[in-house]
Amino acid sequence: MADGQAIPVAPIAHPAASTAQLSRLGLAVGLAILVLAPFIGLYPVFIMTALCYAIFACAFNLLLGYTGLLSFGHAAYFATAAYMCGWLVRSAGLPPELGIVAGVATSALLGLVVGFIAIRRQGIYFAMTTLALAEMAYFVFLQWRSVTGGEDGLQGVPRGKLLGTIPLAGAPHDKLFGVLPIPDDVVMYFVVLAVFVAVFLFIRRIVHSPYGQVLKAIRENEPRAVSLGYDVDRYKLLAFVLSTAIAGLAGALKSIVLGFASLSDAHWSVSGEVVLMTLLGGMGTFAGPVIGAFTIIGLQNLLSDRVGEWVTVIIGAIFVVCVIAFRRGFVGELLAWLQRRKRQ
Amino acid sequence: MQVFLSQLMLGLVNGSFYAMLSLGLAVIFGLLGIVNFAHGALYMLGAYAAYIGLERFGINYWVALVVAPIVIGALGVVIERLFLRHLYKIDPIYGLLLTFGLALIAEGVLRYSFGVSGQTYEKPELLSGATDLGFMVLPDYRAWVVVASLVVCLGTWFLIERTRLGATLRAGTENPALVQAFGINVPLMVTLTYAGGAGLAALAGVLAAPVIQVTPLMGSSLIIIVFAVVVIGGMGSILGSIITGLALGLVEGLTKVFYPEASSIVVFVIMAIVLMVRPAGLFGKEA
Repeated sequence: MADGQAIPVAPIAHPAASTAQLSRLGLAVGLAILVLAPFIGLYPVFIMTALCYAIFACAFNLLLGYTGLLSFGHAAYFATAAYMCGWLVRSAGLPPELGIVAGVATSALLGLVVGFIAIRRQGIYFAMTTLALAEMAYFVFLQWRSVTGGEDGLQGVPRGKLLGTIPLAGAPHDKLFGVLPIPDDVVMYFVVLAVFVAVFLFIRRIVHSPYGQVLKAIRENEPRAVSLGYDVDRYKLLAFVLSTAIAGLAGALKSIVLGFASLSDAHWSVSGEVVLMTLLGGMGTFAGPVIGAFTIIGLQNLLSDRVGEWVTVIIGAIFVVCVIAFRRGFVGELLAWLQRRKRQ
Repeated sequence: MQVFLSQLMLGLVNGSFYAMLSLGLAVIFGLLGIVNFAHGALYMLGAYAAYIGLERFGINYWVALVVAPIVIGALGVVIERLFLRHLYKIDPIYGLLLTFGLALIAEGVLRYSFGVSGQTYEKPELLSGATDLGFMVLPDYRAWVVVASLVVCLGTWFLIERTRLGATLRAGTENPALVQAFGINVPLMVTLTYAGGAGLAALAGVLAAPVIQVTPLMGSSLIIIVFAVVVIGGMGSILGSIITGLALGLVEGLTKVFYPEASSIVVFVIMAIVLMVRPAGLFGKEA
């Protein structure tokens, strides 16, 4: 797509009837694991973090996987909403849900401005433009100390009470069914899970809508979409704003969950990580970014204590391997394998 | 006045690095169709090659100016043969992603070896003084960087635009199959082009080593600015990238004098404005 048309970005993934069944089964199993996770000893804060990044990766996938636009600056929207939400909840005393809504709105607005500028160029220039503008956001966060705390970030964001009644921190003291002890963070956990499921379904809805079909047409062959009379730029801009808004949702939620917004959220390496999550899991598939996000966050958690600086090297190596030999990602490879088997 | 002129000079020094890197980026993109995110890492590796050469092997600055680009150029050959070769027929975004991964690897390895705090590389004795020009005191090394990189940039421009070799190279950009049919080893030419671009980045790294702190992070912070430079200038023209690079360095220097808070974002602001007014970039060819 070097300023023209070329091979589509996403791997082919046409789920046939049996694969549709399989994917429904996979989703049911995945959801069941997520619902049970805090009760079977999995650390809730870890899964909440992974879920936030999963939302982030799903938002990114809407753009790369279904529209064919590579934004290399998605960290900016993630961080903008994290800062906005964190500041409003901590310093202005807003309840968490309003903080999140405001964060999402701010990211969407920033996405509108950046998108308006960036979609003037296509393909690789689009990626470079979004990267450069995200770097600009990074410097703004770095220097606007009075609000963002500069290099220290925004610390001590309270979780507060959802809708003014349900405390998100700690856990209820009663036992579930009178027997099971309820682990810490369980309320927050289910709020995050609910948001995640809503985002997942929302993105499925978008992709399967007539609007989503147009996006895919743009991904496959932009000149043809233009010649069919679609106002391609408007479709792209809307996709960009939707994606940045959802990325903002992920960032805002993360600042509530972890209680801080940090400068590293806005760093270009985070923009790279979300690309890797999507690529590794399978771009242009629904479950791919989620699996990718859990893999990368899990890997980072597992490795950071043991190998220190080598985490960067390992992430880089995964990038290289993915691009050379594994462009379909986990889910894409699985779908391709199922298709091959069916044909035989 | 002295502050003003020395900031301007510093801007010109930075602009020289922008010019050298965006030039290499443009040449590589022209022939390989790959946006080389690792360009910043190669620049950083060049600086470290000079640093390690001096600390471990006692190789002085002038030798490093020749050796570091050759070593990093050889690394470029390996990268091209091992990885990039597989990506020429697919979407260019994969090239960006692959080289991004390579940049992460390089940065990680050097962070592990040297930490994130910077190393200092001494200026060569010959250039450690300063010349009093009457209206300002000009540090010799800065003048040398600007002159050296201008010579290298214009030399590259001459090589590509005015020689037979360059004509072949440009023909390869337009139609590799046809050039191959004339009996020219296009894959070799592609490899050497990438190596040349890598060497150019390394040379910039060696030139930069005495004026900045040598750190593993120096490459990634520069490459993003260079991307903005490339978007502003358009990758179509070699002379264009040289001029844009130098001009933006100057603008950055000026901003440091008048409004220092904005100096780190001014290039990006200009990029946004240029994209609004002239989406193809100042020297871009496409409509």
